[in-house]
Amino acid sequence: MPKQGEFYQRDRERHPPALDRDYKTSVARSPKYSLISLENTASEITGPVFGHTDFAPTDNDLLTNYAQAGQAPVGERIIVHGRVLDENARPVPNTLVEIWQANASGKYRHKKDNYLGAMDPNFGGCGRTMTDGDGYYYFRTVKPGAYPWRNWVNNWRPAHIHVSVFGTGFAQRLITQLYFEGDPLIDNCPIVKTIPDADAIQQLIAVLDMNASIPLDTLAYKFDIVLRGRRSTLFENRLEGN
Amino acid sequence: MRQKLEYLKETPSQTAGPFVHIGLAPGAAGFDIYDQELGTDIAGPNATGERIRIEGLVIDGIGSPVKDVMLEAWQANAAGIYAHPEHPGEVEEGFRGWGRVITDFDTGEWGFDTVKPGPVMGRNGQMMAPHINLWIVARGINVGLNTRLYFSDEDVANATDPVINLIEWERRRKTLIAQRVERDGAIIYRFDIRLQGDDETVFFDI
Repeated sequence: MPKQGEFYQRDRERHPPALDRDYKTSVARSPKYSLISLENTASEITGPVFGHTDFAPTDNDLLTNYAQAGQAPVGERIIVHGRVLDENARPVPNTLVEIWQANASGKYRHKKDNYLGAMDPNFGGCGRTMTDGDGYYYFRTVKPGAYPWRNWVNNWRPAHIHVSVFGTGFAQRLITQLYFEGDPLIDNCPIVKTIPDADAIQQLIAVLDMNASIPLDTLAYKFDIVLRGRRSTLFENRLEGN
Repeated sequence: MRQKLEYLKETPSQTAGPFVHIGLAPGAAGFDIYDQELGTDIAGPNATGERIRIEGLVIDGIGSPVKDVMLEAWQANAAGIYAHPEHPGEVEEGFRGWGRVITDFDTGEWGFDTVKPGPVMGRNGQMMAPHINLWIVARGINVGLNTRLYFSDEDVANATDPVINLIEWERRRKTLIAQRVERDGAIIYRFDIRLQGDDETVFFDI
């Protein structure tokens, strides 16, 4: 296989712009000047490497990782699973995937969350795992609830799970949000709509996966994640100056 | 019909939101769930080189500190080697070169301890001045922001750094230079990041 080179340029038209006036917090937190485009160096092509000693094998089970013995969190039991791929459709193995979410009432276990939804003593709301050799990952959790937030007076976030992924290089670092198929709140969420491309929004909607569900136990949603792909250095390799 | 390209498209980014700590630093959110949180020790105990501390604020366009920001740092060791299989060379046992940085929720001040990185070979045989790569996420930041921190005591290396020199406006280059001070015998570099407004920090599309 040819040696791998730079990452493909990020397609900024499928990502949200820094400034979106309908997502009010972005107004004062968005850089005004253009990003300076940088050709990849070792600083961007490399990134942190994690191993199985970095976390516990049960960290991906949000049904049990904070529950008291013999108890379980309230809510719809779900599996979230899928693959981490790159833009060349190759699996990204052994990469860290982390998630966090509200409980079934739409309440976060965070000292800054003052929503009146009920706290669930058996639900922490975070998990982490590494993809296997085929780029596959899975979590077990409850479906998060929708919740209101201060933007316009009556904005509600669709049910969502925050997802953080590394890949192999710092240039692939990505945080995004997973939404659930059929949720009517998706279409009028100002944060979802920061993404200008309707097709790109579809890529964030996990699909009900009955084949992966466990009968009489747990529903499943499939969510594949795509990270930036890399060039093959067919004709030159000047990254390190040779 | 002409042929088709079979590439996939990168998953679009969404803001990390105000509660990023739950997932990536739950201790800061107010609860302990993991035996070990990741990214709390960047350099490890065995790393050689100068022990330093980086401190700063992330400041919004109004001039207020951003108190719910999370930063990640990625750096080479003192010999200019990244802890990554594709980067030739070895790093010290326990050196990962990556860390997560959370602010004080009341003041927005953040800081992390590490070793000062060495110069790293860049493209076309051009050496890059010592630097730490930073990635910044928060509520209101739709795509994580990438920047680089350089060091004020590296004037000579900074002057020929190929990335600093890509920045057309000379007066913007100084936004990437952390200022070295000594405090109680410790080496501190101050690095305030301005998201917007006067002296907006240079951010990169990497």
